[in-house]
Amino acid sequence: MRRVNKDERARIAFTLNGRAVSGDAEPRMLLTDFLRHVIGATGTHVGCEHGVCGCCTVLIDGAAVRSCLTLAVQAEGRSITTVESLAAADGTLNVLQKAFQQHHALQCGFCTPGILMSFTDYLARNPHPTEDEIREILSGHLCRCTGYAGPIAAVLAASGGMPNTTQERINEESRSQP
Amino acid sequence: MKPRRFDYVRPDTVAEAIALLAEHGEEAKVLAGGQSLMAMLNLRLLEPAVLIDIARLTELDTIKITGDKVEVGAAVIQNRLKDWPELAAKLPLLAKALPYVGHFQTRNKGTVCGSVAHADPSSEIPLTLATLGGEVVLRSRRGTRTVAAAEFQRGMLTTAREGDELITTVRFPVQSGSRVAFREVARRHGDFAIIAVAASVESASTKGAEVVRVGIGGVADRPAVRRIVIDGPGAAKSAFEALAWELEGYDDIHASARLRRDLLRRVGPAVVEEALQCAA
Repeated sequence: MRRVNKDERARIAFTLNGRAVSGDAEPRMLLTDFLRHVIGATGTHVGCEHGVCGCCTVLIDGAAVRSCLTLAVQAEGRSITTVESLAAADGTLNVLQKAFQQHHALQCGFCTPGILMSFTDYLARNPHPTEDEIREILSGHLCRCTGYAGPIAAVLAASGGMPNTTQERINEESRSQP
Repeated sequence: MKPRRFDYVRPDTVAEAIALLAEHGEEAKVLAGGQSLMAMLNLRLLEPAVLIDIARLTELDTIKITGDKVEVGAAVIQNRLKDWPELAAKLPLLAKALPYVGHFQTRNKGTVCGSVAHADPSSEIPLTLATLGGEVVLRSRRGTRTVAAAEFQRGMLTTAREGDELITTVRFPVQSGSRVAFREVARRHGDFAIIAVAASVESASTKGAEVVRVGIGGVADRPAVRRIVIDGPGAAKSAFEALAWELEGYDDIHASARLRRDLLRRVGPAVVEEALQCAA
């Protein structure tokens, strides 16, 4: 039985992006804060801290979850994957990131790490999603500046569903309006 | 915000979890997926002295068919049940309801039993459990007891669970027919339902009448389940007209009681019609 009393700091160890990491945390410390303040992995962003905005989404054992609704101590022994894992060591963006760049799927970028991690999980399960399926996954995220057309186009492009650009898409949509 | 301080305990067995609940009772909260509990801790709506984490208890991470019931253990996450290959055949109503539960990202961690334990009046899993006439299995040092879903949920976020009890399993009766429908109205997919309506056709048509079991969430302080006899055009409409006044509805930031009643009058008959149109 694992027990950490409220005033204790426990040594927490897990795998972060394939690398063993550890640090000390009180039981109440959220995984978001542990990643950012203890480990120093600040790619994961903190928005609402109650599971609504999706900025803090990371993969735990491959599944996209809210790290603000997870205690650091719950991550013990797990494999955590964050946005820092996506680009190559030399900074080359992966297919999904490139598609976000090409389709203007971000402006301020605050919500982007979470969105990228959600689709990293989802595209592994469903490599060629429909637009409706993408919208459903995206409904777990809030974006306050760019909107959702760009991310939808980017995910479609990254999954081979729609190679055209956002501008072409907007043109198509305006043509199809009555 | 950040939670207040608490002791964290992660038992290795159900027996240990139950011993901890016997020791701490109402001072403790059981943490499984945490998709409601962690938010409430972060907002400091709850301040338990102890958190008992059951998420890793493999004994509770099982979906089993036992006789005419599907048993879902307390560590089973919602997406696992949603992707269970037998779901559409055994529990077609639940198969229709689960995609409405939270978001993909919260279903990856949120548990089926946790949703029943939390007892939000607009929540889809307790609504489906009540509509199907399911039950909740509770274990404590005093023994094991089974409570019908209709008696388990007592009101807004309130259940029949005693402080020393652990929900180990919920049981859904296997459905004999597949004429079902589920629909909800929310501001955005995945948000709390303003109202939710579940319908399951009970019997084959006899003398032109059909019996439909309907469950309504989000209108009263707990799911309301009724049997409606459809014996002619307009039967569903008048049944929901009566139900809207009976259940009253409540005002909150999402909708007024009046809007809830109005939505129920419009959506209810449509959901019943959709279930009746399903191929048997």
